[in-house]
Amino acid sequence: MKDDDHIIVVENLVKKFGSFVANDNLNFFVRRGEIFGFLGANGAGKTTAIKILSGLSKPSSGKASVAGFDVGRQSEKVKRNIGYMSQRFSLYDDMTVKENFRFYGGIYGLSAKGIKQKTAHLLQKLDMLDYKDMLLSKIPLGWKQKLAFSVAVMHDPAVVFLDEPTGGVDPITRRQFWELIYEKASEGTTIFVTTHYMDEAEYCERVSIMSEGRIEALDTPSNLKKKYNVNTMDEVFVRIARSDA
Amino acid sequence: MWPFIKKEFFHIFRDFRSMLILFGMPVAQVLLFGFAITTDIKDVSIAILDNSKDNVSREISNKLVSSGYFILNSNLSSNNEIEAAFKRGDIKEVVVFESDFAQKLQREGVADIQLIIDASEPNTASMINAYTSGIINSYSLELMKKQGKIPISIITEPKMLYNSGLRSVFMFVPGVITILLMLVSAMMTSISITREKEVGTMEAILVSPLKPIQIILGKVAPYVLLSFINLIVILLLSAFVFDMPIRGSIALLLVESILFIVMALALGILISSVSKSQQQAMLLSMFALLLPTILLSGFIFPIENMPYALQLVSHVMPSKWFIIIVKNIMLKGVGIGYFWKETLILLAMTVFFILMSVKKFKTRLE
Repeated sequence: MKDDDHIIVVENLVKKFGSFVANDNLNFFVRRGEIFGFLGANGAGKTTAIKILSGLSKPSSGKASVAGFDVGRQSEKVKRNIGYMSQRFSLYDDMTVKENFRFYGGIYGLSAKGIKQKTAHLLQKLDMLDYKDMLLSKIPLGWKQKLAFSVAVMHDPAVVFLDEPTGGVDPITRRQFWELIYEKASEGTTIFVTTHYMDEAEYCERVSIMSEGRIEALDTPSNLKKKYNVNTMDEVFVRIARSDA
Repeated sequence: MWPFIKKEFFHIFRDFRSMLILFGMPVAQVLLFGFAITTDIKDVSIAILDNSKDNVSREISNKLVSSGYFILNSNLSSNNEIEAAFKRGDIKEVVVFESDFAQKLQREGVADIQLIIDASEPNTASMINAYTSGIINSYSLELMKKQGKIPISIITEPKMLYNSGLRSVFMFVPGVITILLMLVSAMMTSISITREKEVGTMEAILVSPLKPIQIILGKVAPYVLLSFINLIVILLLSAFVFDMPIRGSIALLLVESILFIVMALALGILISSVSKSQQQAMLLSMFALLLPTILLSGFIFPIENMPYALQLVSHVMPSKWFIIIVKNIMLKGVGIGYFWKETLILLAMTVFFILMSVKKFKTRLE
């Protein structure tokens, strides 16, 4: 690793499926503790990139490292150091809050005692201690989402991947959710987030915008707005999408 | 991996549908096949047309009626009544003694009894035929002994091997074991894996440090245990409710069953990797596994009676080989020496399906 401060480093990353190029020569880095927005229209190649960065699939060529480990060769170590949460929450409806924490803590190898402490601590922060024995199916969507985030960071990962974490949730809950993200980032955890909400893009420290497998733009939201001479990230996004068509 | 297995049990025990399939089904199936769907004959209504009315014909009639298989519905007095009796629909068979029955038997050593049987249900008809002939044959043998004559013609005495009472439950239990193990193992695992895909929890598990093999084992282990419990429930039920014997080694039966369970689980994983939704997984298990198991394994329809093409197809049904093994152990009580070939075939199939399913599971990750 060239810079100890760069928790994610991607160099000349290419991923092909047959003749289709899903990721075309990606180059970027993410700083430790940064909130990094990873934007792009559907089918732009975001999911493919996240799969590679989380050790699920191997790059066709090029290199990527997460938390100091090569995603191709050390995927086990990469997996230990990341957290993951998708739009679909990844929690089990037929288990209680506590059981969900216990399960995910367990598969990340936390001790029984560690799981107990973490669960109590995280639930207290969410003000949800009273609900720990409630079945997930009985809990409202917005709360589930916050729980899913807490579960994803339970093992104190260096990087958390959030794949459209706020899909289908009302603006107030989304706001609260972003407060959680800020708090975690301030503790030094890197947040790698994809979203379709451009107001959320404004919350990120830096954003990259992908189109047709390439990164078309990468900067802070204010620099991007200045560069394209517009007032909102929404317009930036439309500009990039249009220039491409 | 332990938290994974524990989680799997939560899913099973908290889902009413799963519990029903797991524990209601075996009991229901065994009882159904044992009591309701029976091919035993019992209390079949018959009519007798005795044109001779001598002591021999009367004795034979008594033998038939007192056998427990037949009930005398009516005594007919002429040939003309036969058709009407069948048309009324309350009898299945008419036994006709020719006139001067006893005299002929005495004088010529041969006398005729005609059996007219309603064959609209062929299986029942052939069974009625066999039972009636059996009773008559055993009577004529008795008669010969009594009279001290040396038999001049050989009389065939039907002897039912292994299932001397022709108890159909003996035929069904091996099949029911096979179906249930297949169903629980393959269908339940394929559904539970596709459910995780549908809900999205599979992604979260895949990005965790668990290795694919740990995920598969964690998914499969609870079902091995539950299928095993199921097997024991069925065996106990059939032993205590139907007096089904286990003449061979129980340990061997359990080992062979585990082999079959593992094979079915591998099939389940394979199904889950090609299906996108729970419904699809369920339909696939039904049509690709359950129906062929029922129809082509020799469970209900004898394989020897199938057209040649279907006989070939039946060779690739793992259940066919397993049923042969189970029957050998339970009914014949023989050891591995008699079915090592079947075991080997089953083992080869198991290895093949495991390799296939692991390969499929891995490529899906890419």
